[in-house]
Amino acid sequence: MSFLDSFFSRKRSDTSSNVARDRLQILLAHEREAQEGGESTLLRTLHAEILEVLARHVSIDEDNVQIKLDRGQKCSKLEIDIQVPQSGLRAQVSTMTPNEDL
Amino acid sequence: MAKIVVVTSGKGGVGKTTTTAALGAALARSGQNVVVVDFDVGLRNLDLIMGVERRVVFDLINVIQDEATLNQALIRDKRCDTLSILPASQTRDKDALTSDGVARVMKELRERFDWILCDSPAGIERGARLAMHHADYAVIVTNPEVSSVRDSDRIIGMLDSQTARAQKGETIEKHLLVTRYDPSRAARGEMLSVEDVVGILSLPLLGVIPESEDVLKASNVGAPVTFASPESAPAIAYFEAVERLEGKDIPVTIPTEKRGLFDRIFKKRGS
Ligand SMILES: Nc1ncnc2c1ncn2[C@@H]1O[C@H](COP(=O)(O)OP(=O)(O)OP(=O)(O)O)[C@@H](O)[C@H]1O
Ligand SMILES: [Mg+2]
Repeated sequence: MSFLDSFFSRKRSDTSSNVARDRLQILLAHEREAQEGGESTLLRTLHAEILEVLARHVSIDEDNVQIKLDRGQKCSKLEIDIQVPQSGLRAQVSTMTPNEDL
Repeated sequence: MAKIVVVTSGKGGVGKTTTTAALGAALARSGQNVVVVDFDVGLRNLDLIMGVERRVVFDLINVIQDEATLNQALIRDKRCDTLSILPASQTRDKDALTSDGVARVMKELRERFDWILCDSPAGIERGARLAMHHADYAVIVTNPEVSSVRDSDRIIGMLDSQTARAQKGETIEKHLLVTRYDPSRAARGEMLSVEDVVGILSLPLLGVIPESEDVLKASNVGAPVTFASPESAPAIAYFEAVERLEGKDIPVTIPTEKRGLFDRIFKKRGS
């Protein structure tokens, strides 16, 4: 790519350094919170309590409850996937939450 | 009042040892008493960068374990007699670094030197924690690259929570040193810019050290870059960083290689 090509074809916002900056901003906002115990504590508590409720009714393994989080700049997506092996039942919940609420 | 400075990063290979040697040498050249202390037990390198590897007899661990006195372990630089180095042990493991022992050595060093520069090992384990524990001031060495910036953020969190000052409710002064910076790649958007890194980590900037072959050359001959080639771009940047470390409020510049195309061709022919 010649200098002129690169000058015209690339918008400022498309450069890889801008992608790097945006990824870091999202990641570090979450990691700073996690160091103070916020987010990861919430997920661990959710996981433990869901298991506890289910165990009252069916026999269930820790791995049958999966909690996933997809962190975004403004919103995060929370996914909860529960499988009850004997019954073949499976429940999936997914929700988008603005970051301030999480 | 003696000042303890930790040079730290989290991530390995970003330029901590290079920086400790360069800052230490620059500070000592102005007549102040400086000691550089290697905390990288098992992987010592500061002795090599300082060019004193053949003069190491005793080390930090020997002093901590009362097998040698501080005087026996300190090595005085032959180029500048106000500069000393306290090497790390190459054979012992990190567990030999006790927190009481480190506290005692730091106290003794405070009585004898104006500046104590601690070269931290990479990582966030015991060695890195002990290196930062007594610091009044932290230099966070960061390369303009995602994993280095992330690790620096982690280290900043540790400085704010796990150091002696933090535990006493006092603050530890933290400054960012961006190293291995390539202004032309940053301008093309291929590398995080200084503004990006400062914006993300939100710390005051101590300096920007450009990527330069003079750093490797200095390490080849066993001299801090501020001694080996004081006119080079990285050395100028380190000298400016030292002025800021001493509290002077001067604008941050990014020195670049002055050698032009013609110089280069000329040199090739000449050699
Ligand atoms: N400004 C620079 N320009 C070019 N090369 C550099 C620069 N700074 C450091 N280097 C090179 O990077 C490498 C790592 O540097 P150094 O040993 O100082 O890093 P470190 O953070 O102490 O590593 P470790 O975490 O292993 O202790 C060395 O080969 C050094 O020569
Ligand atoms: Mg090192």
